[in-house]
Amino acid sequence: MNKVAVIDYGMGNLHSVAKAVEHVGRELEISTGEVTDVSVTADANIIAAADRVIFPGVGAIRDCMAEINRLNIGQIVEDAIKSKPVLAICVGMQALMQHSEENDGVKCLGFIEGDVRYFGDDHMDKNGHRLKVPHMGWNQVKQTAPHPLWKDIPDNSRFYFVHSYYVHAAGRKKVTGVTNYGVDLAATISDNKLFATQFHPEKSQTAGLTLLKNFLQWDGSTE
Amino acid sequence: MALAKRIIPCLDCENGRVVKGVKFLNIRDAGDPVEISKRYCDAGADEITFLDITASHEGRETTVDTVRAIASQVFIPLTVGGGIRTLEDIRTMLNAGADKVSINTAAVTNPEFVRQAAQRFGSQCIVVAIDAKKVSGLGEIDRWEIFTHGGRNATGIDVIEWVVRMVKYGAGEILLTSMDRDGTKIGFDLALNKAVSQAVQVPIIASGGVGNLQHLVDGVVEGEADAVLAASIFHFGEFSVDEAKKYMASQGIEVRL
Repeated sequence: MNKVAVIDYGMGNLHSVAKAVEHVGRELEISTGEVTDVSVTADANIIAAADRVIFPGVGAIRDCMAEINRLNIGQIVEDAIKSKPVLAICVGMQALMQHSEENDGVKCLGFIEGDVRYFGDDHMDKNGHRLKVPHMGWNQVKQTAPHPLWKDIPDNSRFYFVHSYYVHAAGRKKVTGVTNYGVDLAATISDNKLFATQFHPEKSQTAGLTLLKNFLQWDGSTE
Repeated sequence: MALAKRIIPCLDCENGRVVKGVKFLNIRDAGDPVEISKRYCDAGADEITFLDITASHEGRETTVDTVRAIASQVFIPLTVGGGIRTLEDIRTMLNAGADKVSINTAAVTNPEFVRQAAQRFGSQCIVVAIDAKKVSGLGEIDRWEIFTHGGRNATGIDVIEWVVRMVKYGAGEILLTSMDRDGTKIGFDLALNKAVSQAVQVPIIASGGVGNLQHLVDGVVEGEADAVLAASIFHFGEFSVDEAKKYMASQGIEVRL
């Protein structure tokens, strides 16, 4: 039994993530025989007993951090990262950084060095063309470092993004995927047993489902 | 490397079936929404928009079931609209697996609803849908007004002022339908689309009037749309989503192939 806990701290729609993981879990069951069990939960015991953990998040960072702090999710995530594979998605990834500019500045968990920045009101590409904010839709991700979660995913594949703030990681070596939207932003970050994506793998069709499938089979090593 | 322009097939559904009317009349049955969504997704649709035109309460429950069925099989963003009037309606649709909801009449009746919805669920899932009709006469400066109830009721609200306000209230995206063009197959109202796209920072989905693949290109290039929505050209097999994307790519538009 492959037990996956999707951390539910009341922020946004976790059903998409759970449904996509269940979908790839059923595919894996056919090929490997192993059953995937997905729980959407804030229960520290269930999360501690899971084989792998997903830390999602949508919405405004201030509200997310307020709930994370109220429910002691930071400690739960920190414990999980030490012992098992953890996938952080979108605002879940942003929450791992030290600080976000959103909502007049919000202190985040600080597990990864770097900050979360606003694209800006007059965001432009290098040719001076206006770029809409939020960055919404399918953009290419350049795989800047090898990682087991990139298995079977062609370089520069498109994933679905929706965000107005982006991660600027201080440690470039932790950035495993880069996307350009006026600026080069960290599309994915990896740090030992942690993998974080700014895009939504659960909404990114084949490429996204492949990444989730890789996550379900990942042992947490980066080799 | 750049963000792709999106192609969004739209399913207008009534009592669990996909239908499409010409100017909301002469509704033709076009099939099972779950099956059609899967086909579009496999053909490369970038998102699916599901607009519920069912009036009855019983029918609404069918809609929730349909949304749930689509969301468990289609792993691209799903927007649900039609009859979204309360925060509870939004929660129901998100719980059923929708990623975004589109709010139309309820925004006009109570603009504060958009603000509350964005605060509660985040701007990323709040699409404000606008039915616009040109009200300026020949030789006058272009002006469009918001209409409700399938284009029957004028509101007196100027479209540009309205989108600016809706974005200020937290709309994360605008679904802009030209009521003059909807179902006509003569192309988008490009002037309308461009004016709205330039007025706000959020993405605009152009809708209403697509009859051929060049219309999709025009919507992006001249109408400055970030995404293009079409229903009938896909439903009745005139073009596939895949053909549409290949054509757009051949015209120099960045798409996901």
